[in-house]
Amino acid sequence: MAEVTLKDVRKVYPGNVEAVKGISIDIPDGKLCVLVGPSGCGKSTLIRMIAGLESITSGTVSIGSKVVNQVEPADRDIAMVFQSYALYPHMSVYDNMAYGLKNRGTPKAEIDSRVKEAARILAIESFLDRKPRQLSGGQRQRVAMGRAIVRKPQVFLFDEPLSNLDAKLRGQMRIEIKKLQQTLGVTSVYVTHDQVEAMTLADVLVVMNEGRAEQIDTPIGVYERPASVFVAGFIGSPAMNLMKAKSTGQAGLDLAGGGSVKLREMSTPEAGRDILLGVRPEHMSVVTEDDADLLLDVSVIETLGADTLAHGHVAGGKPGGGELVVRLPGSTRVNVGDRLALAIQPGMAHLFDASSGRRI
Amino acid sequence: MSPRVTFPNKILPYLLLAPQLAITLVFFYWPASQALYQSMLREDPFGLKTKFVWFQNFAKVLNDPNYLNSLKVTVVFSASTAIIAMGMALILAVMADRVVRGRGIYRTLLIWPYAVAPAIAGMLWLFMFNPTMGSFAYMLRATGYNWDPLLNGNQAMVLLVSAAAWKQISYNFLFFVAGLQAIPKSLIEAAAIDGAGPNKRFWTIVFPLLAPTTFFLLVINTVYAFFDTFGIVHAVTGGGPGKATETLVYKVYSDGFVNLILGDSAAQSVILMVIVIALTAVQFRYVERRVHYG
Repeated sequence: MAEVTLKDVRKVYPGNVEAVKGISIDIPDGKLCVLVGPSGCGKSTLIRMIAGLESITSGTVSIGSKVVNQVEPADRDIAMVFQSYALYPHMSVYDNMAYGLKNRGTPKAEIDSRVKEAARILAIESFLDRKPRQLSGGQRQRVAMGRAIVRKPQVFLFDEPLSNLDAKLRGQMRIEIKKLQQTLGVTSVYVTHDQVEAMTLADVLVVMNEGRAEQIDTPIGVYERPASVFVAGFIGSPAMNLMKAKSTGQAGLDLAGGGSVKLREMSTPEAGRDILLGVRPEHMSVVTEDDADLLLDVSVIETLGADTLAHGHVAGGKPGGGELVVRLPGSTRVNVGDRLALAIQPGMAHLFDASSGRRI
Repeated sequence: MSPRVTFPNKILPYLLLAPQLAITLVFFYWPASQALYQSMLREDPFGLKTKFVWFQNFAKVLNDPNYLNSLKVTVVFSASTAIIAMGMALILAVMADRVVRGRGIYRTLLIWPYAVAPAIAGMLWLFMFNPTMGSFAYMLRATGYNWDPLLNGNQAMVLLVSAAAWKQISYNFLFFVAGLQAIPKSLIEAAAIDGAGPNKRFWTIVFPLLAPTTFFLLVINTVYAFFDTFGIVHAVTGGGPGKATETLVYKVYSDGFVNLILGDSAAQSVILMVIVIALTAVQFRYVERRVHYG
């Protein structure tokens, strides 16, 4: 068991391409840390540096209390699940799982008991003699997991392990990974671009963008208090409404696209400051016109059953300006052309500085 | 499975096949059957009379100590050539796979020898190691080694194997490089995390996954060493000294075209054909079963 600590880790590729621009993360012992971000944000590079598959340009990676920058992958006591599973195609499932133990000179009897136990946990006992090509995608994924857990490593690394599975299986495996990680209590780092995986699995969520950690927090912290416009837009579905606005200085904002929004129970920035207002679609509710913070002219309605999404623009806005989505309970009856009086739930309006994109 | 194509016209399919069939018939079956027929004939010394003797030529050839010697020479020559050509190519390919800068140039240079004709390759090696004027022969002698392939049969064999293998290395290299590139990087990385050092990774992961390539090259190299090395033998040693480097193919040539014993020569070529067919069959039957195709 060990905590993983990254201290100002940077990666510069030849040609001066800076893939990771100084990231520090503390992952406590037994916790699961998810690195999430769009492709090219440096998350895979970062996990490969923890694994020892990429050199570290500067900064330190420690597992336990030991700095492992110069330690070979084999000696870091880690196990990794690859996106492609990377199963050895010429070996049986049993041999795939036993390979790492054999290389470390584990006695045969112990290898056998560990492989059998892992197979039991993952319900792949009946495939032990098969070759990887005779397995379905989900079964291969389990074998890849099995290969990681038989080693009983200090750290698990998952590099987008579910992205090759279909949606249904992905949901199922996500829950299994969570369960497994909790039972085994092994410190884990998990890379994904899927925000649902990120939200559901993480103890520590790191949202990455262009080689930087935009925010490191609990999933709910990231959701409720996004540190930047990028995080606000990346986490949540449908995405948070972000609107350009100017502060009136008096508990209100003038939207750049026309119309205005009242702000309650929060301090308003000084008048004239350019800001971005962010409100999640699910954090607005229909109220009487007197209590409304803003008015929405509905132009498109998406009925999803459980929810209804109403798209439109803020009343008084120019066409094409002030676009907004609201998530309403499925029972709400709305028609195109309706004017909805909406109130932002207390504390659920987010203000960001227009130029830096940081939370105010 | 794609649906079977049916031709309404009964003759058209045969017409479409005809050119290929004609070529195979004219350039393979006809000469092969001629060789078979020839191998059962015996001519008098003046070429005036020809007698049909059934399998007497075969009996004579197989009881000839010179022929058995030639068989032994061929086995030694082919096995050494195939092993050296494949081994060296594999080493070079693994090295080339690790080269990061100038990879393209490095590979291109390694492929060049394949473009050299066998006889030319033989001549190059002959000149380099010629006891009287070869620069390498000079260097060898300078180290005190008594180098003379013109008199020493074993040295002649070494020279021949070197020349034959050298030419084939490029070809094998090309295939090994492609084979290595087809192995996903993540497998190597997974093995590295699984605690396998570079050596162990090679023997437990890379080499088994190269097996299809290796097997293919084994067949190709065996056939090459048996048949395509005539030019090299002819240019470098001419089968000598004595009969130390007279391979089966070379003996077919010298008995048939130099000594004009057509019956013996034809019988030998039929035996050679049978040997190669048998070898290939054995390779497919026993070696291929151990090969894992991705």
